[in-house]
Amino acid sequence: MTFLRHVFAIVAKDLAAELHTKELVSAMLVFAVLATLIFSFALDLRGALAQAAAPGALWVTIAFAGTLGLSRSLAREELTGGMEGLLLAPLDRSAIFCGKLLGNLLFMILVELLLLPLFTVLFEVWLLRGSILLITALGTAGYAASGTLLAAIAVNTRAREVMLPILLLPLAVPVLIAAVQATGALMEGAALAEVGVWLRLLVVYDLVMLAVALLTFGYVVEE
Amino acid sequence: MIKTVALTKAFGLRTALSRVTLQVAAGEFVALVGPNGAGKTTLLRLLATLSRPTSGTLTIAGLDPAKAGEAIRRQIGFLSHRTLLYDDLTAEQNLRFYARLYEVPEAPARIAALLEQVNLTARRHDLVRTYSRGMQQRLALARAVLHRPALLLLDEPYTGLDPQATATLTALLHELAGEGCTIVMTSHDLAQGLALARRVIALWQGRVVLDAPTATTSAAQLAALF
Repeated sequence: MTFLRHVFAIVAKDLAAELHTKELVSAMLVFAVLATLIFSFALDLRGALAQAAAPGALWVTIAFAGTLGLSRSLAREELTGGMEGLLLAPLDRSAIFCGKLLGNLLFMILVELLLLPLFTVLFEVWLLRGSILLITALGTAGYAASGTLLAAIAVNTRAREVMLPILLLPLAVPVLIAAVQATGALMEGAALAEVGVWLRLLVVYDLVMLAVALLTFGYVVEE
Repeated sequence: MIKTVALTKAFGLRTALSRVTLQVAAGEFVALVGPNGAGKTTLLRLLATLSRPTSGTLTIAGLDPAKAGEAIRRQIGFLSHRTLLYDDLTAEQNLRFYARLYEVPEAPARIAALLEQVNLTARRHDLVRTYSRGMQQRLALARAVLHRPALLLLDEPYTGLDPQATATLTALLHELAGEGCTIVMTSHDLAQGLALARRVIALWQGRVVLDAPTATTSAAQLAALF
């Protein structure tokens, strides 16, 4: 219970800070909307072509918008020593990771809730169905888990804004490929059972990243 | 309260702290003095469990930081160069957040009392980023003592403070020392360190070069060491 209380205290703190500034979600949202508009108007796709391009465009947008948010979320901890304050407090290091992960996940899901309808309209593909939302949730969870861990590493480097995508994108290749493939198949009308391989890959990736992050986060944030 | 034996910390080839052996009893007020780069902050970070020693042993309240980190951290208050506050939260939100992490009993009353003590009650709903440096430092002090720590570690706490904040800090330190709180404070201001503490430990190039009561030590004597 104490662990959960600490996790929710960190999430509540991140939400309160974001309510004051709105800088993290607004930056992610503006980027996501602009990227979607550029993809839509630059490619000018209709019908089958739009259906083929939409999954890739969607996940590229989610990945880069997510990277913006992840980077800012951890930078906020470093700005005046907040992370040091967390490390000084009597709580498990993994509670810090879980709190940051849940906060990042909430911000990414919030942006996706606005992004998916926009994609549906501009690409003329129906994304708002249970199976696609499940894939989106699993893909986002995996991306946020690896991103939260790597952002904690990147934030202590001199080129933190550049470092996160360089570290994160190669590690996120499996989750992005699985998410794009599963989203594409589901958009073409496949049943969830037919994308079982990709679904299992997403679940395994999420679990492995979560386990690795929980085991290593303490070492990452300490000196 | 604190016991170190041959405590050493190296960063690559550079040894920041070399075989420091000392004991600080519960309730002592110790000033750690020395020039820049002497190893004061390194020692304080080791005591705060923010850093791991390269070699040697450290126990705080009889506990080993490697095995009982959480139990030790519950007893430590730390005021560093950085405020450890969130700029995007109000003063009250910052203290409420830390009160939840430290599970401070009767937190609202404790927060209200501390904000009053550091003269920030009127600004408690303002974002910390709108505060002056002195106000931020006063709030950082409230954060550091929020959970009534048995050991208070202060890293150059007077740096950048205005006269009001200096007076508030001095009064609070006297009060905490009177209540039996163990205080270790770094300072490069030798006179200030001597005026506040009961014992002075001088560091130079990572080594303890003097450990004496402040009553028998003068600022000129300390200055001659460096």
